[in-house]
Amino acid sequence: MKKIALSKLNDFFAAIAAEEKLYLPVDGEKGTDYKLWSEGVTYSRALNTNRSAKDFFFPQTENIVDFKREGKTIEVIDTRTEAEDFVVFGVRACDARSFGILDKVFLADPVDSFYASRRAHGTIVTMACTRPAETCFCGAFGIDMTAPEGDISCWIAEDALWLSANTEKGEALLNKVASLTEEGDTAAVDAQKAAVKEIAKKLPLQNLPTDAFKGDVLLEKFNSAKWPELSKACLGCGTCTFVCPTCQCYDVFDFDTGHGVKRARCWDSCMYSDFTKMAHGNSRNSQVERFRQRFMHKLVYFPMNNGGEFGCVGCGRCLSKCPINMNIVKVMKSLGGDAE
Amino acid sequence: MTESLIPVIGVVTDIRIDTPDVKTFRVVTPDGKKAFEHKPGQCAMLSIPGVGEAMFSITSSPTNTEFMEFSIKKCGCLTTWLHAMEVGQQVTIRGPYGNPFPVDTTFKGKDLLFIAGGIGLAPLRSVINYVRHYRDQYGKVDIVYGSRSKDDLVDYKEIIDEWMTTEGINVHLTIDREQEGWDGHVGFVPNYVKELGFDVNKTAIICGPPIMIKFTLAGLQELGFNKTQVFTTMELRMKCGVGKCGRCNIGNKYVCKDGPVFRCDQLDELPNEY
Repeated sequence: MKKIALSKLNDFFAAIAAEEKLYLPVDGEKGTDYKLWSEGVTYSRALNTNRSAKDFFFPQTENIVDFKREGKTIEVIDTRTEAEDFVVFGVRACDARSFGILDKVFLADPVDSFYASRRAHGTIVTMACTRPAETCFCGAFGIDMTAPEGDISCWIAEDALWLSANTEKGEALLNKVASLTEEGDTAAVDAQKAAVKEIAKKLPLQNLPTDAFKGDVLLEKFNSAKWPELSKACLGCGTCTFVCPTCQCYDVFDFDTGHGVKRARCWDSCMYSDFTKMAHGNSRNSQVERFRQRFMHKLVYFPMNNGGEFGCVGCGRCLSKCPINMNIVKVMKSLGGDAE
Repeated sequence: MTESLIPVIGVVTDIRIDTPDVKTFRVVTPDGKKAFEHKPGQCAMLSIPGVGEAMFSITSSPTNTEFMEFSIKKCGCLTTWLHAMEVGQQVTIRGPYGNPFPVDTTFKGKDLLFIAGGIGLAPLRSVINYVRHYRDQYGKVDIVYGSRSKDDLVDYKEIIDEWMTTEGINVHLTIDREQEGWDGHVGFVPNYVKELGFDVNKTAIICGPPIMIKFTLAGLQELGFNKTQVFTTMELRMKCGVGKCGRCNIGNKYVCKDGPVFRCDQLDELPNEY
């Protein structure tokens, strides 16, 4: 394990930023969000960012292809460029796991080249949590907040940043900053891990009932009589899907610039009535159906197709952002037989 | 790296008016070839940049080596634009998408019963002409096809001139209401299927409006058919065609990649959201 004194943190960031773009959580007027690092920008140790880190690989809007139309002819213009190398620092364990979930969608055959390019060029440096919140429930999905995944895992303990590379990409980044680091033993990190695990045990949501969603439960859960009550207050605003690190549904739309047509994709939400609307009708006409779709996908459909892995990482964003205070925790408790 | 979301150019070389609201478009690449090979029941994304992109079933048979055809009903923004096209217009095309009908496995050697309503004939035409091409590899073929009126029957000339004249193929046409100049059967497809009373050893393939599929399936079950003998093809809103955009998700399936062809007993395992 490598270590860098916290007093040299700025040098560490500067060394990385000298070679590639570096993004990290920064406090702002509206809370903490990822920002591009430059001299003078301070890394925030806040528990998590407002928006998830999925933007780095699956941005909210991106150009797919351009067209030119003239008379009866059409020209297809492939505007793709290879992504630049970049580093995301300070990703929490929950968000780090979300990349693996997004990979199962975007890197499945046929590979999404836009996502794949960013994944190939992005290096993820994660940060272990020390002060989890009551809204955290990553443990319910088998995520260890004290040992986050990523290309490099980091811990801040005893006035030092401790780093451990997990991949070749991570090794390469550590080599670039080798002059700033020194070897350290794992004692400080081990002590922190043990202490945080004790805190985690006491969190109210770490033991959510997930077993109830395993096995052949699709129709049982889908047909549950609880959906109308659970979804009654849902405004269909889609906030939960936008802040969610694993929501990956998208829309494709064309924009006529006057000089040509730009085809782009942008995040979409199964919570919206237009999502499934066709010329001849809508397969999910009510908010009950749309609400059910979102949670069934995360808790039953996605696991069915991915070896039991849930489509939720317990980051808790939907708990804190939902305007009517409805969320996946309430759905899991209600459908999992532990209604409060 | 190739990207499935980036289409290629297609040229419309022929437009046939089938009904007041259905046209069949012939599409080739600018150098006069098929854009790609497909199997019966598969679909393609057609688009006019700036107007929209949507999924359509490929109605021509893969045995047609020269071009692909799409029978399209005018019902929305993009289809209205497509209906206003003239020959020579370029479109964009990408595909093929989805699972085909099991023409080379389950259907081989079987007596086949095709049941279609209205524009629902479009995806089945590909299968029917494939079976006609490899006629000796399949048993008897029955086709029950109905529409609102005689004028709403898609592929009418081809049905009369080619399908009805093929050895071993029986075509049973019906229209919803009496019409001058029509001396054929009058009545809804599900009822007509029951009246015709087919042998239960057949494999049935249904496509049409959801309500027609529902009642026809019930009718077939009354006749003694098992759902495992009945295939259908579905349609839901799609954007990507490759199981990523999430729109056509029903249960753990994506209609664009796990469908659009399903065996009816498989649908019982899915939520009823189609």
